[in-house]
Amino acid sequence: MQFGIFSVSDVTRDPVTGRTPSEAERIRAVVQNARRADEVGLDVFAIGEHHNPPFFSSSPTTLLAHIAALTKRIILSTAVTLITTNDPVKIAEDYAMLQHLSGGRMDLMLGRGNTVPVYPWFGKDIRKGLELALENYNLLHRLWREDVVDWEGESRSALQGFTAIPRPLDDVPPFVWHGAIRTPEIAEQAAYYGNGYFANNILAPNLHFKPLVNLYRERFAHYGHGTPEQAIVGLGGQAFIAQRSQDAVERFRPYFEGSPIYGRSYRLEDIMHGTPMSVGSPQEVIEKTLTFQEGFGDYQRQLWVVDAMGLPPEMALEQIELLGTEVVPVLRKEMASRRAAGVPDAPTHSSLVAAKYGDAPPRQPTPNDNRGDNLTGGSPYQDSDPELEAEYPVAD
Amino acid sequence: MPPRRVVVVSAGVSDPSSTQMLADRLTQRSLETMRAMTCTASARTVRLAPLAVEIAQATVSGLVGETLRTTIEEVGRADAIIVCTPVYKAGISGLFKSFVDLLDNDLLIAKPALLAATAGSSRHALVIDQQMRPLFGYMRALTLPTSVFAAPEDWGAAALSDRIARAATELAVTVHAGIEHGVAERAWSGYQHQFAGNAARAEQTAADIDFDSPLMRLAAGGQPTPAADDAHRVDDD
Repeated sequence: MQFGIFSVSDVTRDPVTGRTPSEAERIRAVVQNARRADEVGLDVFAIGEHHNPPFFSSSPTTLLAHIAALTKRIILSTAVTLITTNDPVKIAEDYAMLQHLSGGRMDLMLGRGNTVPVYPWFGKDIRKGLELALENYNLLHRLWREDVVDWEGESRSALQGFTAIPRPLDDVPPFVWHGAIRTPEIAEQAAYYGNGYFANNILAPNLHFKPLVNLYRERFAHYGHGTPEQAIVGLGGQAFIAQRSQDAVERFRPYFEGSPIYGRSYRLEDIMHGTPMSVGSPQEVIEKTLTFQEGFGDYQRQLWVVDAMGLPPEMALEQIELLGTEVVPVLRKEMASRRAAGVPDAPTHSSLVAAKYGDAPPRQPTPNDNRGDNLTGGSPYQDSDPELEAEYPVAD
Repeated sequence: MPPRRVVVVSAGVSDPSSTQMLADRLTQRSLETMRAMTCTASARTVRLAPLAVEIAQATVSGLVGETLRTTIEEVGRADAIIVCTPVYKAGISGLFKSFVDLLDNDLLIAKPALLAATAGSSRHALVIDQQMRPLFGYMRALTLPTSVFAAPEDWGAAALSDRIARAATELAVTVHAGIEHGVAERAWSGYQHQFAGNAARAEQTAADIDFDSPLMRLAAGGQPTPAADDAHRVDDD
């Protein structure tokens, strides 16, 4: 079971001081959060992708590569990478590069994105958002698994004899999670490929995402990847922790009430009761998180938002500390003891390498000599299947 | 014939409310007419005023409160709905529109809907046709031919009762004909749906889903539409 934090990279006014951090401050703070998460033993740090203020994370692989160089064991991920408006070819290249630089300490979560203007800004049509997501992933999946790809579709220009470089580390593609909050087709795609399915589990009532999770589990089994209970499920959440329950509520309340999302429309107590938001003592957060396992079944990854709503940087760091030292160690034990036999952990680079190669050394793709035009001739790698020769359209 | 259920949605806010009075008269007459056609029927009235806070919260945050959720489910399961709103500032009540804004797009497909409104002046008589019909048309509800509008002077006119009777007959006959069920039976997959939504036939599990739709085929690594070549080949044969 992996535990970690995810951030949407919002730059939000601190409702207590009234001060809004600069982008520079916020970027530094998020890097600090990731380092602290690594230090206190959390397993995952994930960052969102946005292309408009008040967010900063337009370039997740740059940020994550930097963090990879500053950390030792934490897995770096996204929440989410936009599979609609990004070119899947560029995703294949960027994330394979991140995979190399991080030594395989990464995976990624794909989502559609719901900021309408982003689609036209990147030349896409939001009405085709779902088709884009599905078709783009179908291509991405191949780009990481086939040395040479011929492809034709609706979402981008056709590819003939295309090789995405660098090839994935050890020729093992990064593990992919598909994030969806309402779309059965995305759950189906995750199930078809045996990838992970992630429900953000915030801003919605308790167990709201259960039908989608169940659909994914059932179809995961349908496609022969294992039993429904063995499907790879991730859940989000939001946490605010203090040693004493009443302190947590008291300290968190001004941030909750100052939030543009919750604002004054809701009572904090109602949201704490009716949604997965966890505010309280370590023990209370532990108990609430255990209800997720009870409701959704055994799952593989739990991420919390801890730095939203304009929380000052030191407060976010304190939350990470409390998660790492008081909450997660107990949850690890409790969840493991409740976990049914045969439920796997989330795949990691080393588990995927072991699954692919056993004890044999992993493939290390090594290109053939530069042939000048590099477009004619045989396969691009020394050990590629010689039969695998690109076919180019012939100009008459 | 199984017992039929009518759900009445009233956006009147005062007490007594003329909107509620009109809704009550329509409900009473509809039930009588259905019973006269040997169709057992019952009705439940939902007043939106006590739900105003939950409706506003759901509008700004998407979180639907318990009472509101139950109400929406009841509307979805109803065999017919009677909707009645006051006219404010030359339009339907904002509370009423906000409630409809929260319904899944497939909640009212082919569901008989009797439209009614009250106003302080007969000069608002077209609000039903200009605002409620397009709204329920968008929702693909089966709006009945007769709608009922009541301005102050109508409460003293026998013609209002005639219109109520006419509308009630239309409702009873439409429900009796089972049109909603017939349409859903034969054409449900032709509409856009919300997975795990509130519609009576909403897909809740894998067993309800059509995995042969173009998007589902694309999700499973395939092509969104059957290859054109194959289609031609069939024709050639």
